[in-house]
Amino acid sequence: MRRMALPLIAGLVLFYLILPILIIVPLSFSSASYLSFPPPGFSLRWYRNFFTRADWLSSAWLSLWVGLAVTVLATTLGTPAAVALVRGRFGGKGLINAFILSPLIVPGIIVAIGIYFFYARLGVVGNPLALVLAHTCLAVPFVVINVSATLYGFDERMESAAVSLGASPLSAFRQVTLPLIRPGVLAGALFAFVTSFDELIVALFVSGTTAVTLPRRMWDGIRFEIDPTIAAVSTILVALTGALLLSAELLRRRSEQLRTASPPLAQS
Amino acid sequence: MTVSVHAFSIRRPRRGIFALLLPLIAYLGVFYAYPIAAMMFRSAGEPYWTIQHFAKLFREGIYLHVMWMTAEVAAVVTIAALVLGYPVAYLLARLDRAKSNLLLILVLVPFWTSVLVRTYAWMVLLGRQGVVNQFLLAIGAIHQPLRLLNTTFALYIAMVHVLLPFMILPLYGVMRGLDDDLLRAAQSLGAAPVAVFRQVWLPLSLPGVFAGCLLVFILALGFFITPALVGGPRDLMIAVLIQQQVDLFNWPFASALAVVLLTAALIVFAVFERSMGVARIFGGVST
Repeated sequence: MRRMALPLIAGLVLFYLILPILIIVPLSFSSASYLSFPPPGFSLRWYRNFFTRADWLSSAWLSLWVGLAVTVLATTLGTPAAVALVRGRFGGKGLINAFILSPLIVPGIIVAIGIYFFYARLGVVGNPLALVLAHTCLAVPFVVINVSATLYGFDERMESAAVSLGASPLSAFRQVTLPLIRPGVLAGALFAFVTSFDELIVALFVSGTTAVTLPRRMWDGIRFEIDPTIAAVSTILVALTGALLLSAELLRRRSEQLRTASPPLAQS
Repeated sequence: MTVSVHAFSIRRPRRGIFALLLPLIAYLGVFYAYPIAAMMFRSAGEPYWTIQHFAKLFREGIYLHVMWMTAEVAAVVTIAALVLGYPVAYLLARLDRAKSNLLLILVLVPFWTSVLVRTYAWMVLLGRQGVVNQFLLAIGAIHQPLRLLNTTFALYIAMVHVLLPFMILPLYGVMRGLDDDLLRAAQSLGAAPVAVFRQVWLPLSLPGVFAGCLLVFILALGFFITPALVGGPRDLMIAVLIQQQVDLFNWPFASALAVVLLTAALIVFAVFERSMGVARIFGGVST
């Protein structure tokens, strides 16, 4: 009896964690025009609704473009920074690290209103570029974390070996280091995209009426639209972010294998 | 000659490496730190140097109530997440890798799903015509739909749900790292399973407990989306109050509230960075 107690409790908690997703997915395929469970029949009409209505579709496109721009910007800024943070020896490293990672912890509402007041004064509220600039701040920590993780286990003597064999430091970096940290860069890029694609609080303030992202469009309808279209959008989001972040996780594991599988250099 | 050039070029990036950090620091300085600093300045600098916005915050009962309420919700959510999360992390850590990786998906899928989507799912579950009410009516347990959504109950259910992975993942990370030999040693020396747990496992898992609690507490303090959508009329949390004040164009007062929230969050963050570090939680679960 006591042996069963722990799996039972843990099982119930895991059920609680997954329950909302288990409910939303079948509801999105419902044939009824309201949210009744179990659904009376199967239909794709809510997906069709999403893919044919201009307001939903334009929001989805906007989120996609903003997300891609954020991915490029955050990866470009974050990758060299991670190299410096792992390899460099300089004072105040801990503080700089904490500063770069702080957007993960500082409450979203604070970042959002700070940026909103700033943009309001510049007159760029409602400009998609403003969203890109703001989301990049929130996405960059994920790039730094993922790239750093691949750099930590990295044997620097491999680069030294390349250089001593006549490679320039730059080509040593390109031909030895980059292939090994690439999984980390890609994982960081995936996290950056998802961060922007799912972001709501900054968008609530900065979207205005002209740059309505997908989460913002969901928020606008969430209290009043009772047909299952939002359930369909939610299901698409769960599937998309799940697939992207699962790839990131697999990339991370693969990079660990790469590093541990690479033959150790001669022990001194 | 060539040798010395190479020796030099290996060492040179060490000193110049700081330059790689500069673009990011400059970027975050302009688009992240400056706007927040300017907002903090606004809380005491508009229309002239004054502490009136802070005085209002601590003078009027309603605002004190909101701050108290926010701390209370964050504390209750933290305790609930610990009580629910500990058995899950324990079970996952004791299973072999293949099984625990499989079960971990049940933690990661909600973790990766946006807060908005998960909150929406709870609205669908708990609404007046929601799934829970439909179920209870169908089995005859109730005759009138219950009011579940927009209550304190709904707020706790949804917030604990959203934050639970932030408790389970650090707990699991620490527990996975525990040395099985220690447990076996305690057992072979005659300790009963309860004693092994209380005297070996529990103390060794405390760093995970500490990290998970700090993380959940700090995130709960600033929660906005979930309280705004599922909380009751009396459950006004500070982040929702800030948004309302911004909408009312009380920007200096909203800024003063934000300063209070940010100060609280940064204090917890500082403790957290010293104990475990943010990167370990957001950097994945493969330990």
